[in-house]
Amino acid sequence: MADIAVSRTGTMNGAAGRSSLHRLMQRKSTIAFLMALPLILVILLLVAYPAAYSIYLAMLNKSMERFVGLGNFTFLFGRETFWLVVKQSCLFAITAVIFKALIGFIVAHFVHNIPTKGQRKWRGMLLVPWVIPPAMSTLAWLWLFDPSYSAFNWILALFGIDPIPWTGNGSWARFSVILVNIWIGAPFFMIMYLAALKSVPEQLYEAASIDGATWWQRIWYVTLPMMRNIIAITALFSLIVTFANFDIVRVLTAGGPIDYTHIFATWAFRVGIESGDIPLGAAVSLFMVPILAAAAVFILRDISQRGNEA
Amino acid sequence: MTVVTADSATAAPRQKYGSISKSRRWALRWSYFFLILFAIFFLTPPVYMFITSLKTSAEISAATNPWWVFNPTLSNYIELLTQNQYLVFFRNSAIVSVCVVAITMVISVLAAFALARMKFWGSATLATGVFLTYLIPETLLFIPLFKTFAFIRDALDIELMNHWWTLIILYPTLTVPFCTWIMIGYFASIPKELDEAALIDGATWRQTLTKIFIPVALPGIIAATIFAFTVSWAQFLYPLAFTTSTDQLVLPVGIVTTLIKGDVFNWGQIMTGALLGAAPPLIIYAFLMDYYIAGLTAGATKG
Repeated sequence: MADIAVSRTGTMNGAAGRSSLHRLMQRKSTIAFLMALPLILVILLLVAYPAAYSIYLAMLNKSMERFVGLGNFTFLFGRETFWLVVKQSCLFAITAVIFKALIGFIVAHFVHNIPTKGQRKWRGMLLVPWVIPPAMSTLAWLWLFDPSYSAFNWILALFGIDPIPWTGNGSWARFSVILVNIWIGAPFFMIMYLAALKSVPEQLYEAASIDGATWWQRIWYVTLPMMRNIIAITALFSLIVTFANFDIVRVLTAGGPIDYTHIFATWAFRVGIESGDIPLGAAVSLFMVPILAAAAVFILRDISQRGNEA
Repeated sequence: MTVVTADSATAAPRQKYGSISKSRRWALRWSYFFLILFAIFFLTPPVYMFITSLKTSAEISAATNPWWVFNPTLSNYIELLTQNQYLVFFRNSAIVSVCVVAITMVISVLAAFALARMKFWGSATLATGVFLTYLIPETLLFIPLFKTFAFIRDALDIELMNHWWTLIILYPTLTVPFCTWIMIGYFASIPKELDEAALIDGATWRQTLTKIFIPVALPGIIAATIFAFTVSWAQFLYPLAFTTSTDQLVLPVGIVTTLIKGDVFNWGQIMTGALLGAAPPLIIYAFLMDYYIAGLTAGATKG
């Protein structure tokens, strides 16, 4: 229908004796292409080109004069810090995502449980960590973790517990980074799960309770299967964001103590920008690609599936 | 809800309902109990920011209860807001964010309209491509972009490094793909009959977009605008890598790099700066919470 309307205006213009170029400009697909052109340029110049360029960069030597092939990668494989970074990136991402999902699910359930009238207020309050820019809320955590004035240690001292070196000791620093990650990310899960919970038909729960299902069985046999899709996709999104995270580690520990909290992004920054070895930094950041690509494939598959169902 | 209110009128024959409502009431109490616990966990850092921002340096270093303000003072706020440096950070952040939002919305609304309604060669591939670029994090792009900018400086003699306006070029990589993606979703949900009717009445494509699509999809546009603003306001990596002079910094980097310098941590001012820096997104969120949440959930559920 729409095509007919447009082609009519096209022929009218043609009858008026306009040039063929003008007619081309009037065509729907040309207009559409021109409208999408700024987007295409942004994607090509600022995303696709740098992404491809970083692969090339990663194969140069430090002064970027000589092509060294996979030299940077083999150099990385031989370095202990690199394997530490791999281990930590995976540890942080997986632990944080699991706890985010768990806390998000529990909190969403409690919010869903209370009267509808009060839900808005609680939801609003619980999403605050997600709204504050991460660099700034991490500063608050840094201050809560301060070695000499830690407000947490002050509370622990009331119970006679020795002060905890929140960011001073390798394992505690890792714990702190994961904790801040969870604090920032859990509200996002809560919001997604709450939206999903609202879409589960009430009749299913009624049928379940008539059949004598306990609350645990209701969650296991009704809620979880109904929310499976949204749980999976939220976890994948969060995995990408957590895995590629930079702000939290940078502000909280800057990778220390002795590299025990470095992850790919912060180490790539340290190596590539601060130490000036751009090719090596590019090589480090490229190691994020396999995991990101795997997550992206799963997300795309899910989206195209739902597109087919609709 | 209804069960709970019915409980007050429990009579002998309704004993069975009464027991259900009793368990419901306990479930409700437990819900509130745990919600309060989680609210404490989620709100402690911002509240502690506020507490610290009201303290003098002397009180912060005193061995008193850190969770209480004994001599509240606004001196941190006054000092920061009369200090030229902090206001420059704020101005840079504001200009960058507003420009990025404007650029993002123009690019993404035009592109989303074209992709949702006017099919052209490769438009389906492009829509998938938009989503893929959304999944590419900035932590992967900053090194090649850094090198590219250095190359542009050497080859064309245009200095892009260490200028706050460079960020206006960089931030769209973070905002445009997501905003286009959610706008495609919103535009696709508008019934086809609406724009067909307009076309029959002789409306041009531009008129269809401005008179029908934009007004109808306004909630989506507001959600995308809020998203673009919060992302550009919070961005930390790009400014950290691309700007260094103190007069070119934006808020997150400015607070982290200039207020924490040397051995003296002025925590009162740092917390005040961070709280004021977090204020614009928080205020937007407070007033437009529903749009904010719509944008948040649309990213993963529309498609």
